Amino acid sequence: MIGTWIRAGVLAIGLGATAAVAQENFIVVQSTTSTQNSGLLDAILPEFQELSGVEVRVVAVGTGQAIKNAMNGDGDVLLVHAKPAEEKFVSDGWGVSRQDVMYNDFVLIGPSADPAEIAGGKDIVAALSAIAKAQAPFASRGDDSGTHKAELRHWGDTGIDVAAASGDWYRETGSGMGATLNAATGMGAYVLSDRATWIAFGNKDGMEVLVEGDPRLFNQYGVILVNPDRHPGVKAVEGQAFIDWLTGDAGQAAIAGYTRDGQQLFFPNAK
Amino acid sequence: MRDLPVLEMGQQPMIEAEGLRIGRNGERLLDLRYLALDGPGPTLIMGPNGAGKSLLLRCLHGLIAPDAGQVRQDGVPIGAESRARQGMVFQTPVLLRRSVAANLDYVLKRHRLTRARRRARIEALLAEGGLAGKGRQSARSLSGGEGQRLAILRALATEPDVLFLDEPTSALDPAATQDIEAMILRAARRGTRIVMVTHDIGQARRLGHDIVLMHQGRIAEHSLAHDFFDDPQSQAGRRFLAGSLVL
Amino acid sequence: MQDFAQEFTTAMTLILTGDSELWAIVLLSLQVSVMAVLIAAVIGMPLGAALAVARFPARRLVIVLLNALMGLPPVVVGLLVYLVLSRSGPLGVLQLLYTPTAMIVAQVVLVMPIIAALTRQTVETLDAEYAEQLRSLGVSRLASVPTLLWDGRIALATALLAGFGRAIAEVGAVIIVGGNINHVTRVMTTTIALETSKGNLALALALGVILIGMAISVTGLVSLLSLRQEGEAMRHA
Repeated sequence: MIGTWIRAGVLAIGLGATAAVAQENFIVVQSTTSTQNSGLLDAILPEFQELSGVEVRVVAVGTGQAIKNAMNGDGDVLLVHAKPAEEKFVSDGWGVSRQDVMYNDFVLIGPSADPAEIAGGKDIVAALSAIAKAQAPFASRGDDSGTHKAELRHWGDTGIDVAAASGDWYRETGSGMGATLNAATGMGAYVLSDRATWIAFGNKDGMEVLVEGDPRLFNQYGVILVNPDRHPGVKAVEGQAFIDWLTGDAGQAAIAGYTRDGQQLFFPNAK
Repeated sequence: MRDLPVLEMGQQPMIEAEGLRIGRNGERLLDLRYLALDGPGPTLIMGPNGAGKSLLLRCLHGLIAPDAGQVRQDGVPIGAESRARQGMVFQTPVLLRRSVAANLDYVLKRHRLTRARRRARIEALLAEGGLAGKGRQSARSLSGGEGQRLAILRALATEPDVLFLDEPTSALDPAATQDIEAMILRAARRGTRIVMVTHDIGQARRLGHDIVLMHQGRIAEHSLAHDFFDDPQSQAGRRFLAGSLVL
Repeated sequence: MQDFAQEFTTAMTLILTGDSELWAIVLLSLQVSVMAVLIAAVIGMPLGAALAVARFPARRLVIVLLNALMGLPPVVVGLLVYLVLSRSGPLGVLQLLYTPTAMIVAQVVLVMPIIAALTRQTVETLDAEYAEQLRSLGVSRLASVPTLLWDGRIALATALLAGFGRAIAEVGAVIIVGGNINHVTRVMTTTIALETSKGNLALALALGVILIGMAISVTGLVSLLSLRQEGEAMRHA
């Protein structure tokens, strides 16, 4: 009796797993952890899927890995935030063209105790210099993501060699934004985050935004169709339809309408 | 050395072994010129520890290939064919992790009997071994004596010509031993040739028709049982009966 | 600190009220891992049994290798399977990357050595006890394999459980080859990883409790079955 149930169950499970693969009309978007961890894509994608009948499957990794996955042909659309790397991706022929989608900004988070005394500042370079001077712990993504690239740009402007402090006060987690925020919370470290992930983050325990509003903390997201000439498997029609929607009136409105705790997380700026 | 008590002249020996030799690391474990088991049996193989009794039994059954020599049954070198007409029972019964009846069925299935015939045969065997009503019990939950009886039943299930037993009662109490000796005698009366290793001189007196005494891998003496116990011909035999033969 | 008690209660309520999103994730986890264990068993058990019974020159080496493979790092397996299934990889044309099938493949690679190695151990131990007796009963080496597998069924069920435990609890491989895509390849462990990085620690913990509960239920179910099997084997002798 139980044996029969088990056999039936195994059969059902087998069929179920096959059925999940059977859905054909979908595209894969290689994107960043910030778009996923902030909840943006989960919120706006159903609208496009209903409209087009195309399911959008999001793989959320760091920008560096997203670009590499796209170069391997494992995605139809790239939605990331590291403009120089994106432009190189297109000029090397991996992508068709790049379009701005939206922006938000980076914020410097730190413990309320603020050992480097940077709270209220508007100069990211000065704030990082103060952290280095105080040798206060700083948690870096260290994963070649868009946020990591931005952070390194600012460190470059301070003239401080953070590589020399690696493992000392400068700690590279090699993880996504959320995991790095968890680590920073745990260590009472300073950390650079995109605002969207920070607002949506649930484990803020004793941490707060200390530096914001520096124009250099601007964080631009771009979208690129992977080049079907390089990877014939790319679903160019569906992918382009998604890009058109995302950068069109409906998509831009959906992005503007996404809020957490009453705050808008991303600001549409497609041209 | 008296090699062989001849019972009926001209009769083809049922089992004969010739020039069997087994050595390991230069040590002689078995070295046997000639042995014929042609009487009605039972044949009891005796000797001190390490004399090569179990080794000989395994050679006769074909479980171990000797370094040299040959074992024949009815004139034909033994192999899988002849092993199918033999059974063997080990000192510790090796029972399958299944029910008592399934242990018997395992052998009967291999002989392609119909389900009904297998069932009937299992019932008969269980009755013969005093295990009636225990068919559904797990074989591994039987007592030592019951387990050994089941092992004997399983060996007898296909009605072999020869049954080899390697000290089947050495771990059992007197009552269990008595049951098993009775089973062995009944099998012998039904015509199964018994070849058995034992340590127990009393058991050899009770069961043995002829005695093979082994010492240091060789056959020291092969005599009819009453001759052996009354008047052993070899020095090893005399010392063995006196209890002073060790290795 | 977050209000753990309250969040935890919310999460458990989701579970108990049969929140469809959550249950879809639980079901997919089961589908993927059960399939992976079944496939791994079909490959691993005969392989392990053959290794136990056969004798060939490099046998010891193969056994050492197999035992070592029991501890394959999931991330490495995920990476290897990714490289094979990627569009640019040798099996890219199959378009299996970011599907449950890819996750099954990765888990099979992880679980198969465990099942094969434990089967090898079980069968070899049993063979040491049975070999002479089976030979005496006229069973050839090859024909003894099914007997050894059946008589080792309790230990083998435990091997399957060990494999299932590894599969269902593993995150490193499935997140790479599955991509943690919502409604497609999101399973218990990748959801826990995601909720943790969102900072929703209580929800992540609640999901962890379900995962543990599932592991315990499956273990209990299998133990129950093997007990019943034992009983049935006796009745149907």
